[in-house]
Amino acid sequence: MSLKRNILDLRKRKEKVLQGGGEKAIQKQVAMGKLTARERVTSILDEDSFHEYDLFVEHEARDFGMEKKQLHGDGVIIGTGTIYGEPVCIFAQDFTVAGGSLGLMHARKITKIMDHALKMRVPLIGINDSGGARIQEGVNSLAGYGEIFFRNTLASGVIPQLSVILGPCAGGAVYSPALTDFVFVVENISKMFITGPEVIKTVLGEEISMEELGGARVHSEITGNAHFYAQSEYECFEQIKKLLTFIPWHNGKKAKAFPPKPPKPEYKIEEIVPADPTQPYDIRNVIKAISDDSDFFEIMENFAKNIVIGFGRMNGETVGFVANQPMVLAGVLDCDSSDKAARFIRYCDSFNIPIVTLEDMPGYLPGVDQEHMGVIRHGAKILYAYSEATVPKITVIIRKAYGGGYIAMNSRHMKADFMFAWPTAEIAVMGPEGAANIIFRKEIMNAEDPEAMRKEKVAEYKEKFANPYVAAAKGYIDTVIEPEETRNMLLHSIEVSNNKVDRRPAKKHGIPPF
Amino acid sequence: MENLKEFNVDGTVYKTELTKKFENRKNWERPNPKNLLSFIPGTIVEIFVKEGQEVKAGESLMILEAMKMKNLIEMPFDGVIKKIHVEEGVKVPNRMLMVEIE
Repeated sequence: MSLKRNILDLRKRKEKVLQGGGEKAIQKQVAMGKLTARERVTSILDEDSFHEYDLFVEHEARDFGMEKKQLHGDGVIIGTGTIYGEPVCIFAQDFTVAGGSLGLMHARKITKIMDHALKMRVPLIGINDSGGARIQEGVNSLAGYGEIFFRNTLASGVIPQLSVILGPCAGGAVYSPALTDFVFVVENISKMFITGPEVIKTVLGEEISMEELGGARVHSEITGNAHFYAQSEYECFEQIKKLLTFIPWHNGKKAKAFPPKPPKPEYKIEEIVPADPTQPYDIRNVIKAISDDSDFFEIMENFAKNIVIGFGRMNGETVGFVANQPMVLAGVLDCDSSDKAARFIRYCDSFNIPIVTLEDMPGYLPGVDQEHMGVIRHGAKILYAYSEATVPKITVIIRKAYGGGYIAMNSRHMKADFMFAWPTAEIAVMGPEGAANIIFRKEIMNAEDPEAMRKEKVAEYKEKFANPYVAAAKGYIDTVIEPEETRNMLLHSIEVSNNKVDRRPAKKHGIPPF
Repeated sequence: MENLKEFNVDGTVYKTELTKKFENRKNWERPNPKNLLSFIPGTIVEIFVKEGQEVKAGESLMILEAMKMKNLIEMPFDGVIKKIHVEEGVKVPNRMLMVEIE
C-alpha cells in the first residue's frame, strides 16, 4: 500500500483546520476592517517562513454542549518564522474561532510557544484578538491566563516580548500585554479595558463607548499602556519590523550593528536650540542632528510628551535616547514622564543598549494634583532606573538642569559615565528668578525700588551660577563642549565604554518604587 | 509650535505647549465637612432622615449600595440636615454631593 492515502488524508485535515472559523466568520472579521489571524502572521514574518504547530489541537470542554463543538486549533495559531532572516516565535488569536476565546488548550498552545521562545532565546510576538475567557471552561480559562502571565514575567528582561492588540483584549487578558515590553495598537481595531462599557453602565450608570474607554488613542495618549500607535494593521506591522532592527534577540546579545551613516545635513544643531532658556524647540531635532542618518524611532510618541524616548544609532550601534522636551510643558518631569522614562531606561539596561540622556528641564511639575498623584513615588522611579543601570550612560546638558531634575536625569551622582555640557547649560538648585527671590529676599524687600532690585539680583545670580562652569569646576561635568562637537563626543564615549564592567552588590532583586 | 503658552516654574516663565492632560486637570478644593459626598459610585437604597431633622453624630443617614455591598452612611457630627440631594433608587457617581448639613 502506498503512502498516498495517508498523505491525502493529512492534507484534507489540514485544509479543514486552516479555514479557522469558516467562511461566514471570516467575512465578519473582514467586515470589521480586520485581517485574519493567518494573514497577520504571514504579513509580519518573512515570506514563506511561517511554520505552524498544534494545528490539530482540540478543546477539552465537556459542559454546556461544548463537547459537540469543534473549534479549529482552539482559536489560536502558534508557530515560528523569521523576520529579516532572524528567528522569532509568534502566536495569533483567531477571532473567527469562538471569538478567539481563551480555554485550557488555547492557553496551552500559547504557553508552549512562550516556553519555546524563552528556551531558544528569540523574541516573542503575541497578536491579541479575543473576546476573553471562554466562560464554558470556567476556572480552566483563568488557570490558562495565570500560566501566561507567569511566563511573561519569567521572560521579561531575557527575550523581547511584543504584544499586538488587533481586536478586543478585555478583562484579565489585558495583563499579558501589560507585562510585555512593547504594546502596539491600531486605530478603530484595538480595544483594551478591564471592565467593559456594559458593566460600567450597569454598575455606575456611566455611558461610554468601547473606543472612548479603551481605544487605540486612549492607550497611546492618556493611559500610556500602548507604545506604538498606527492607523492600519500594515503600518503596525512595519513598526514591529522596524523596532526589531534596533533591539537584540536576547539579553546575552547586543543589537545588530548597521553600517554607520552621518546625520542628514538639514539638521543643524546650532540653529535648533535658542540660547534663551525660556524659549522652546523640538528636542527630537537635536536627536536627529546627532544620530546616524537622522533616523530616530520614537516610542510612546503621544504619551507624556514632555519627555522623549526612543532608539537611534550612533556609528551603526543602537542607543536609547532619553530627552526632556522643552516644547511641551517646558520639559518638566511629572508622574507620567517619570514612568515613561524609567521603564525605557530599564529596557535599555536589560538589553545592553547604551543610554544617551539629553537634558533641558526646569524641574518637577508643581501642583496639588501631581503631589496627590504621588509624584514622589513616580519621580523616584527615574532615580532608581538610572542608578540601577550598568550599561554605558552618557548625559549632555543642553540648557537647564535645575534642582531634583538635575540629579534625576542621569547625573554624575547617579554614576553617569560621561557628563557633557553645552556652554548654554545652567546647572543650579533652581531657576535664577526663584533663587534670587529667596537668597536676596531682604535686599529686595528693603530696596527703594524692589522691582529694579529684584531684576538686578536675578541678573547677578544668572551671571554667577547660570552656567556650566561651577559644576565643571567641581568635576561634576567632565567637559564643556560646543554643540557641533556633541555627536563626536558621544561616538567616542560610547566606543570607549564598550567593555564597561560595573558590578553591583549581589541581591535577589531590588525594590523599585513601583 | 503653534500653541505656545506661558508656563511658570519656580518664578521663571517659559514659552511652551501644554498637554491636554495638564489643561484638563482639576483644581484642588478644600473639602467642606458640611457637605457629604459619595465615596464610591452606587445606588441609594434607603434614606432614613428628612430635611430639617436634627441628627446626632453616628446615626444612620442612608444606605449607599455599591459593588454588592450595602454601605451605611453615618452623620459625621451633631447637626441639622439642611438639604438632601438624592432620592431612594437613584444612582450616584463618585464624589457627588448627597447631603448638606448645618
